[in-house]
Amino acid sequence: MNPSDFVADHVKSLPRSGIRDFFAIVSEMPQAISLGIGEPDFVTPWKIREASIFALEQGKTSYTDNRGLLSLRKEISKYVTSFFGPEYDPQSEVLVTVGVSEAIDIALRAILNPGDKVLYHEPCYVSYAPSVTLAHGEAIPVGTIPEQSFSLDPEAFEKAWQPGCKILLLNFPTNPTGGTADRSKLERLAKFAVEKDLIVISDEIYAELTYEGEHVSIAELPGMKERTILLHGFSKGFAMTGFRVGFACGPDWLVEAMMKIHQYCMMCAPILSQEAAVEALRNGTDDVIRMRDQYQKRRDFIVRRFNEIGLECHLPRGSFYAFPSVKAFGLNEVDFCHRLLREQEVAVVPGTAFGDHGEGHVRASFSTSYEKLVKAADRIECFVNTIRSEAGEESAAV
Amino acid sequence: MSNLLDILQETADPDSTKLSKILNLSVEEVDSQIEALRQDGSLIGWVPLVHPSKKDSNLVRAVIEVKISPEREGGFDRLAHRIAKFEEVEACHLMSGGYDLLVIVQGKNLHAVASFVSERLSTIEGVLSTATHFLLRSYKEHGHLLSQEGGISEKPPVSA
Repeated sequence: MNPSDFVADHVKSLPRSGIRDFFAIVSEMPQAISLGIGEPDFVTPWKIREASIFALEQGKTSYTDNRGLLSLRKEISKYVTSFFGPEYDPQSEVLVTVGVSEAIDIALRAILNPGDKVLYHEPCYVSYAPSVTLAHGEAIPVGTIPEQSFSLDPEAFEKAWQPGCKILLLNFPTNPTGGTADRSKLERLAKFAVEKDLIVISDEIYAELTYEGEHVSIAELPGMKERTILLHGFSKGFAMTGFRVGFACGPDWLVEAMMKIHQYCMMCAPILSQEAAVEALRNGTDDVIRMRDQYQKRRDFIVRRFNEIGLECHLPRGSFYAFPSVKAFGLNEVDFCHRLLREQEVAVVPGTAFGDHGEGHVRASFSTSYEKLVKAADRIECFVNTIRSEAGEESAAV
Repeated sequence: MSNLLDILQETADPDSTKLSKILNLSVEEVDSQIEALRQDGSLIGWVPLVHPSKKDSNLVRAVIEVKISPEREGGFDRLAHRIAKFEEVEACHLMSGGYDLLVIVQGKNLHAVASFVSERLSTIEGVLSTATHFLLRSYKEHGHLLSQEGGISEKPPVSA
């Protein structure tokens, strides 16, 4: 038996995640300070955890409606209207999923025929291109650039368009760059989407963690609700990563198509997580603001320190990631990360783990305590000084 | 609130060097701001929060409900200040409800606390009655849980 014959070609074609490689090394170094964590350092607020425990005590251990608990869909509908703008019918336009990751997967599978093309911006969350491949589509990256703080560039999308494009996949604020999308840029992109008859899948998981300006959802722009799947969840803003609960809001025909896949592959999101999510939306928004304020202070600190040290870093306007450049040090981003980890025991993630456009950058999460951030910045400074003195010695030798 | 006070409350660490980095100030500036906060009474002091099981094991704490008679001038203040000044008293609060002062007392042993209540506290003129409740076990102090929550170490050190 040849095992390779039994792994589908499109699965074989997927590259191994750069994050996984790095994870394997950092796991061997428990004493390292990790700025590589892509989740909140806060534990889920107790009132939310307690609601889940209470549900368990009440014997809520069954499946739910495939679409999710109606009580949750109603809360989602209210929250989305107040935070994002558009109104969605909880009966037909809201689907509760196992995190946004599942929602992306089933949205792509519901829309794409083999060979259909998806425009997405890079650097980006690691799963986008692989999810497109797994749905037999073709992923077309569109670069966002440091000179524009990695914000949305509609012109770049327009230039990248080619026949066969069916979907625009967006994620603002962006993991790993903290890039955001302002209203005027979104309006231009929306016009482009209408003109080219594209569906927009908009992953807005970091929406609450917007520090400057307002968060604008493309779904709220005129004519866009009917062609947009708005994806959101509880992992980041509410610090509920382990609960694995998210949702999709969109036109009923598309939600219904996604539902078909969801019901066969997932059945429903775990009921205890859904109960926790109900509590999060009813009583947890103050906690979101408290955590966001903490992230913002830490962001200001770490970005200032990076720039002092000489790692050129734009101010991320959203998410909890800084994405500084390491180009000034004569090392590529992978070597920089490996040496930093070995020599100073600080873990940051190479930008290319998030696509080729992340070249020359590293991702550093500021979702960690001040104490660790202060230490990590000092160690990075030490490391950078070592590299500079090595470079100095080399040029002196020449 | 000053930035410094804000950060101090979050980090609970008076290390001037670290604070100077966070606040982008010189160490001298941080020291002088801390001194200014002390002088104007904003910053009262530092309390190391020690787990009860690591303290002297014989220490006993009690919560005492105290009824006192208010005075024509000053109400409860003079008596409350007088009670608060005893070194056995950890905390003293004026309360609404069925009694006036909530006094938290610490002593070397049960006998020491009982003596404080019967000989010092109850005998003060104006103290009408006391009800003493001894603390058996603490679960949270100053916002810190006294037992570690499990499962956190399972968090992957690097994730997408």
